Amino acid sequence: MDLLRFAAVGSVDDGKSTLIGRLLYDTRQLFDDQVAAVEAASARRGIGEVDLSFITDGLRAEREQGITIDVAYRYAATPRRKFVIADCPGHVQYTRNMATGASTADLALVVVDVVNGLREQTRRHACIAALLGVSQFIVCANKMDLVGWDQAAYRAVSGAVEELAERLELAAWRVIPVSALHGDYVVDQSDAAPWYDGPTVLEALEDAPAGAWASGHGTDIGGGARLPVQWVLRRPGGGRSYAGMVNGGALRTGEAVVVLPEGWRTTVTGIETYDGPLDEAPVGISVSVDLADDLDVSRGDLLAAGTKPPSVVKDVVGTVCWFSDRPLRAGDRLRVKHTTRTTPARVTAVRGRLDVNRLEIEPAVELANNDIGTVELTTAVPLAVDPYRHDRITGSFVLVDEGTNATVAAGMVGEPHLAAGAADRAPAPGTAAQPV
Amino acid sequence: MSGSQSYTAGVVDGTVPWTERGLLKRVPGVARRRPPRRRDRKNGLDWTVTEAKTPRMDHLTLLESHAIFVLREVAAESERPVLLFSGGKDSAVLLHLAVKAFRPGGLPFPIMHVDTGHNFPEVIKFRDELVSRLSERLIVASVQESIDRGRVPDPGPIASRNRLQTTTLLDAIAEHSFDACFGGARRDEDKARAKERVLSFRDTFGQWDPKRQRPELWHLYQGRVQPGEHLRAFPLSDWTELDVWQYIAREGIALPDIYYAHRRPVVERDGMLLAVCDWVTPAPGEEVRQETVRFRTVGDATCTGAVASTARNVAQIIDEIAVSRVSERGATRADDKFSETAMEDRKREGYF
Repeated sequence: MDLLRFAAVGSVDDGKSTLIGRLLYDTRQLFDDQVAAVEAASARRGIGEVDLSFITDGLRAEREQGITIDVAYRYAATPRRKFVIADCPGHVQYTRNMATGASTADLALVVVDVVNGLREQTRRHACIAALLGVSQFIVCANKMDLVGWDQAAYRAVSGAVEELAERLELAAWRVIPVSALHGDYVVDQSDAAPWYDGPTVLEALEDAPAGAWASGHGTDIGGGARLPVQWVLRRPGGGRSYAGMVNGGALRTGEAVVVLPEGWRTTVTGIETYDGPLDEAPVGISVSVDLADDLDVSRGDLLAAGTKPPSVVKDVVGTVCWFSDRPLRAGDRLRVKHTTRTTPARVTAVRGRLDVNRLEIEPAVELANNDIGTVELTTAVPLAVDPYRHDRITGSFVLVDEGTNATVAAGMVGEPHLAAGAADRAPAPGTAAQPV
Repeated sequence: MSGSQSYTAGVVDGTVPWTERGLLKRVPGVARRRPPRRRDRKNGLDWTVTEAKTPRMDHLTLLESHAIFVLREVAAESERPVLLFSGGKDSAVLLHLAVKAFRPGGLPFPIMHVDTGHNFPEVIKFRDELVSRLSERLIVASVQESIDRGRVPDPGPIASRNRLQTTTLLDAIAEHSFDACFGGARRDEDKARAKERVLSFRDTFGQWDPKRQRPELWHLYQGRVQPGEHLRAFPLSDWTELDVWQYIAREGIALPDIYYAHRRPVVERDGMLLAVCDWVTPAPGEEVRQETVRFRTVGDATCTGAVASTARNVAQIIDEIAVSRVSERGATRADDKFSETAMEDRKREGYF
């Protein structure tokens, strides 16, 4: 059975948690004691009906405030497929948690309140999801009951979504009119909107292709296998085997590989697992690899097969989502974690900041909390990187504050990929590093 | 998912090595095909040599690979990791995965059991046999010792020691300077756990702050801590109860006998069936009766309920939980019923 990971995103109060609650409730994914607990919690707060948002809003503070603070992960299965659901917070203060939920998603379930339409935060979430490589969106035009199921309200949302989808170059998207509160078009079809003859949210989720992150790992773009070395296993009787997870493409016994950043060439003589050796290790599997030559390979090194190995660079241009109250500026020193390597880095330039309403990059000298922007970094040791759009593992990094150890940014190698508007922007003067 | 589907091995035509080391033991109801194999004996360790194959990437294989990835990543990045082991099914699966991640070497961390002193004897027997078969190091942190040393008040001989475990756990973490603790908690167990990161940060007081969790992007697990702080790492975060049982079936993982249906004396208390033992004796008006039961979770005997069940093997358990209308902890754990946010409150204090 295949597995689809999706993240519910969108602005605060547009009904994400209620929609996920409805989806779980109507597909009977909830146990009787969980339903009873939600009913009791609703009654305790004087809420007449069952508050479906309590199904995922499980923290005390979330229930007090009626908002989602952090991602809730829920698991569901229908006869057709399994789902991992990340119910993300909508509040701008918790954008970092939304990015956490979306970073491993195959699909974004974007919830929009039809009364308000697409708000700045909806656009920010759509942008972050698209930058993270989530290229299929199911948009729920929610609270249709509040506008009397007026088709014009639905059309306004779908028009705005169409424009956004073109700019973000989404692979697939559709807009479904729903009432999460009453359940129309979530799991069950309804006659509330006679003008709508498309699928329900559940049907759309079951039909969507399970993407690269169904495996939880990188995409196979034909660049050849990459294996960041996590751990060196010592063999009884001598010899070493290099443990890690395969991504980028299948790795085969007998294949030529290059050890990066050193550039040593060698051959895979064996791929081991606890359950026995493999001829071929597909993307997403944890293995250990034996090499023909006795090389000084250690954690942080990367084994790459194929004709298009990653670039070895110390100057990296990256798109970052910044998550700290302290602004990011040129000259800042941070730590970069990229694959299994952590190294100090310096911000050499802030190139620009993404205006999420106009979807254009404007010049900027700093990034504030929750901003998305392009920066240039110089690292202390070289990294073996691929552009993020080619490989989510070798193309991603996080930035870590050296003082607090907090994770302060999600980073993607390369510049944001936006249709018209961003593409025709003149390069900032005086920047040497090119997109890698 | 039907039971029969789940018994196919993850490695097509693969083998089950390491059997002698005892982790992989035949489990009732699980038929395994064992192709012939030959062994390389080096330094007394087996490195089974078989015909090489390509694995089938079903969801159990992916969950397993991800858990192994997390185990290796945290072990590599922390100074003094430890694996928390309760003797329950989730920690048995976690230990099995740790062995898979680090063999042919030994585990790069000890195993620690926080012993409430109110355990089911079958669980202690299972723990000791397993650890000795694996030749790994076991640390027992004792709640009774915490009571004796006056670290926590003695709640009396029959009261639950569930909450006291937190002090014992945090004291042991401080004593050994552990900076990362692997645990078998799963997000599908509870609404507060559903919110927790795979790598979950604890401050110098051992506390979890659910409003200030670190972002956790992709699989870039960032676990750096200052001295005195530590991490909890949950490699089974994305596993459901059903996944755990299907994996136990596939791998042939041994469990304490109390997971399988058996007859024992019980009393009914607060809607739960509690096993009669030294710490659970019938109160006035409570009637002791013989029932055929099994345990869906394993914890302190004073607050872990049994469920009426005739499931005597893994296949029957999978069939049973596939149609269950009551959640695992809802059916069996009094400790979650103290308040609406019982798990969150305990986790904030430093609980597992």
